[in-house]
Amino acid sequence: MTYKILVVDDEPDLEPLVLQRMRRHIRRGRYEFVFAHNGIEALEELQADPGIDMVVSDINMPRMDGLTLLEQIPNVSPDIRAIIVSAYGDMENIRTAMNRGAFDFVTKPVDFDDLQFTIDRTLEHIEQWREALSTRDKLVALQNELDVASKMQQSILPTAFPSGPSYKIFGTMHPAKDVGGDFFDVVRLADEKVGLAIADVSDKGVPAALFMMSSRTLLKGSAIGTEAPGDVLTEVNNLLNEDETTGMFVTMLYAVYDPATGVFTYASGGHDPPLVVRADGSSELKPLTGGIALGVLGGFEYRQDSFQLEPGDTVCLYTDGVTEATNQQGELMGIEGIQELFASAPPKGAEQSCMGMLNRVLEYTGEAPQHDDITCLTLHRD
Amino acid sequence: MAISAEREGGTVVAKADGRIDGSNASEFQADLQAVIEDSDQALILDFESVSYISSAGLRVLLLTAKTLEGNGAKLALCSLSEPIREVFRISGFDNIIPIHDSQAEAAAAISG
Repeated sequence: MTYKILVVDDEPDLEPLVLQRMRRHIRRGRYEFVFAHNGIEALEELQADPGIDMVVSDINMPRMDGLTLLEQIPNVSPDIRAIIVSAYGDMENIRTAMNRGAFDFVTKPVDFDDLQFTIDRTLEHIEQWREALSTRDKLVALQNELDVASKMQQSILPTAFPSGPSYKIFGTMHPAKDVGGDFFDVVRLADEKVGLAIADVSDKGVPAALFMMSSRTLLKGSAIGTEAPGDVLTEVNNLLNEDETTGMFVTMLYAVYDPATGVFTYASGGHDPPLVVRADGSSELKPLTGGIALGVLGGFEYRQDSFQLEPGDTVCLYTDGVTEATNQQGELMGIEGIQELFASAPPKGAEQSCMGMLNRVLEYTGEAPQHDDITCLTLHRD
Repeated sequence: MAISAEREGGTVVAKADGRIDGSNASEFQADLQAVIEDSDQALILDFESVSYISSAGLRVLLLTAKTLEGNGAKLALCSLSEPIREVFRISGFDNIIPIHDSQAEAAAAISG
């Protein structure tokens, strides 16, 4: 790459001298020189040509001297570095120049080997500086993107939960530091029934957040028109597969609870099975229903299963942020960690058991980094 | 996570190890792309030394399976540890990617 260097000096002989002494580097395309004869001209040149990488400036010049120019350069282009050319032994001006942000200095009469060495050192510094700036910009862009994704994710979570005279529901999502893809939803259905969904999108960032939004919208639409959870997943899966080329998918468990009978019917699309905890703290993992994550295979028929919920029972739905919680020794907690929790402290309601699960995970991971969202959704039959 | 691959005729046998998660999924994807060629008939992935796979890792397998399918080639997994086998069972991915106990079994299933 060619670096463009602005040389500022009122001495007319300097221009041919520079071009002559630096001719090999100019021919090789490493340097290109432009010239100005005082500070004013230099600023005009800098303003007109954003391609200038650095400045080499004399101090004593008419109209605007080199020390004043140094002060003005950052106003025109803050990333430009300058070398000052001063009289030999003029420490006072050299100190002033350095204090005003000069990167380095050379002394007169100019030793061109030394000048070239100083120019190269300055250019190297500029390269590193630019690289640092670009890394910072990328980080800022990434952070902005993650903020957007995080806000989208938070915005779709319900904040109030339907309840009936005989049951309560509670859900919570503890986001990972780098934005995961968990969400949950609770939908009121006909005949006092209620639909519960918990899901985990396979990726992170804005594309995953968009996929999450469309999964959730499709689910909501389908849940309201379709009764059987298996059929709901089949429909959502087909819609997600219509324009799916990114390889993104979502694991989802969708269930319908009928408070009139206490029957809990569920279908899993590649999602962890429900955990039922009895009033005495004993618990049981319900079987999987053999479904694949949604968005993987169009036309797949999702099956469902059901069980009876007795008074005092709690159903716990969760994402792999719970089962794959990892402690500082790198060990996975597994669902056993939650079963142990309830065995020693039986659940006392939807909110208490939901927050209990979350806190158990946070205690288990301690200071270990949390890579995944932690999501818990519970239904307690009174 | 690292991958080593051997070629036996039209079949590539690749061994992955360690954790496959969001932090290295794109590297995993690039590594898999690098070992398969247009002429290949099958890719057998040996997961014996894989300790963990997240959904980001599953996504790479899904994309790889689709790429291979487009070439008329097959993908099979073998030698999964019990926790990894469980991930495939829960996610339902064992419905779309054949899983075998050993490399020999996978090779036999592919040629059979």
